Amino acid sequence: MSEAPFSRRLLTVTGMEELGAYRVLRVVDAGTPEPDPGQFAMLAAAERWGGGEDERPYLPRAFSIARRDGDESHFLLEDVGPGTRRLCELRSGEQVWALGPLGRGFAPPTEGRRPILAGGGAGIAPLAILQDALGAKASALLGFRDRDRAAGASLLRDARVATDDGSVGHRGPLTDLLAADLERDAHALVYACGPAPMLEAVRAMCASLAVPAQLALEAPMACGFGACFGCAVARRGGGYLRVCVEGPVIDADELDHVDPHAGAPA
Amino acid sequence: MSVAFCGLELAHRVINGSGTFDVIAARKAFGPALEAEFPFAAYVSKTITREPRAGNAPPRLWETPAGLINSIGLPNKGLEAYLAEDLPRLAGLRTRAPCSGGADVAGAAAAAERTWPAPLITNVMGSTAEEFATLVEACARHEEIAALELNVSCPNVRTGLDIGADPRQLERVVAHLRPRTRKPLIVKLTPNTADVAACAEAAQAGGADAVSLINTLRAMALARPAAGCRGSAWLGGGTGGLSGPAVRAVALAQVAAVAGRVTIPVIGMGGVQSAAHAREMIDAGAALVAVGTATFRDPVAAAQIAHGLAE
Repeated sequence: MSEAPFSRRLLTVTGMEELGAYRVLRVVDAGTPEPDPGQFAMLAAAERWGGGEDERPYLPRAFSIARRDGDESHFLLEDVGPGTRRLCELRSGEQVWALGPLGRGFAPPTEGRRPILAGGGAGIAPLAILQDALGAKASALLGFRDRDRAAGASLLRDARVATDDGSVGHRGPLTDLLAADLERDAHALVYACGPAPMLEAVRAMCASLAVPAQLALEAPMACGFGACFGCAVARRGGGYLRVCVEGPVIDADELDHVDPHAGAPA
Repeated sequence: MSVAFCGLELAHRVINGSGTFDVIAARKAFGPALEAEFPFAAYVSKTITREPRAGNAPPRLWETPAGLINSIGLPNKGLEAYLAEDLPRLAGLRTRAPCSGGADVAGAAAAAERTWPAPLITNVMGSTAEEFATLVEACARHEEIAALELNVSCPNVRTGLDIGADPRQLERVVAHLRPRTRKPLIVKLTPNTADVAACAEAAQAGGADAVSLINTLRAMALARPAAGCRGSAWLGGGTGGLSGPAVRAVALAQVAAVAGRVTIPVIGMGGVQSAAHAREMIDAGAALVAVGTATFRDPVAAAQIAHGLAE
């Protein structure tokens, strides 16, 4: 696990690329540890962080690191609230506060298992950096609501796509693609990230087929480093896990279900 | 230039609010830098209870205009495991004195190299005086613990009233605990009461060495309802506590009111996120200033505030 510098730092925006409904934020982040795939950072705009809808945002927002390219870190954004909206407005030359890399990322495949990347919506972000690390051997299966969001699939290479409305690729849930892939060869390890209902469907399917899965979870989070105890998710056998320090990547075996409340202040 | 507080010698005036920094988790996230750059002049643990607690069902957080409502529910591993497992990992923390911007550059540099112990203040909560007594007596036996902070924002099981919201009850509880330890007793006052200064006086009369305030303000958020339905509580715990810049003006008024009525030192907190805010708390009568929610935005916010205060 890569450790984060013990302070937030100011990073300069080098690009903001439109990807259908999403944006890819690029920042220069030189001299900090290489993140493990699945690790995340807390981001806040350096200027005008606050005073948006409902006089928010106040807290930084957690984002998976989607890619590292030399000294640049990439993040996938979707405008879903005052925090993400402000970040989407950033232009080259402006600055963001960043803290990270944080949390526990994906563990490498074992027992010769074939990696499958299963992502939904903006949750595809950590699977891009994971695909970079794993190389061509991983199948990428991505689910989106509609055509505008399916444009996000270009973040990964050679992805098979499902959309809820059938506008791109298979019409239906991502788990249709996953079921077919696992039917072909179940000696696999599933890496999944996406909205809670999708993750729960992936978890249940993998559990029923005895396929191991690592789930990158999302939860409302104030700090990202274990201080606030806000990002708790119920652990199998009682008690809670902190998504920021025990996760964000959690072995599916550690959960009875993926909490439907999972979802961050946006 | 150290700061004296209840017999402790501190590097500066800025500490953490209970439950807003986890040294053990931060060590995992930040590695050795956590020890080298430890931001707080003393470290206040999260609340420890006699029995383990899992905490409240999620969701536990709600962002408000310039603030945060939390409903965490005091998750902790219980007294026995805290003493056995956590205490060794929380003892021996040290922090640097903030450098002042004075003319004596060499002297300032030398001061900045010097480190001071960051003593451990253990925060405990009981739902009865007897439960508190168990906690205080057990902590009294451990020299790693420099002082105790009493979280009295817990409802009395019989009356339903927060122990710390009722001056007579608060004085009785503090007086019950006073003979059980020679360590300083700090009473963390709740702002959710009719007269916080009367509660502070009661804590002092019971034998407290200091008071700290404000704890969070009771607050609520409603989930956005489906069409045609009424909104219901968003937080798993129903209500929670509001913190952050949204509460700073309230905190300042309560700190000033308390400092005007007691002779024991006051730890002021509530929405402090700059040296100017900390200076206001001190001007209002605080001996130390605690930082909480600002740490969530930047883990070394407290060190920067301490540095700013020294200038």
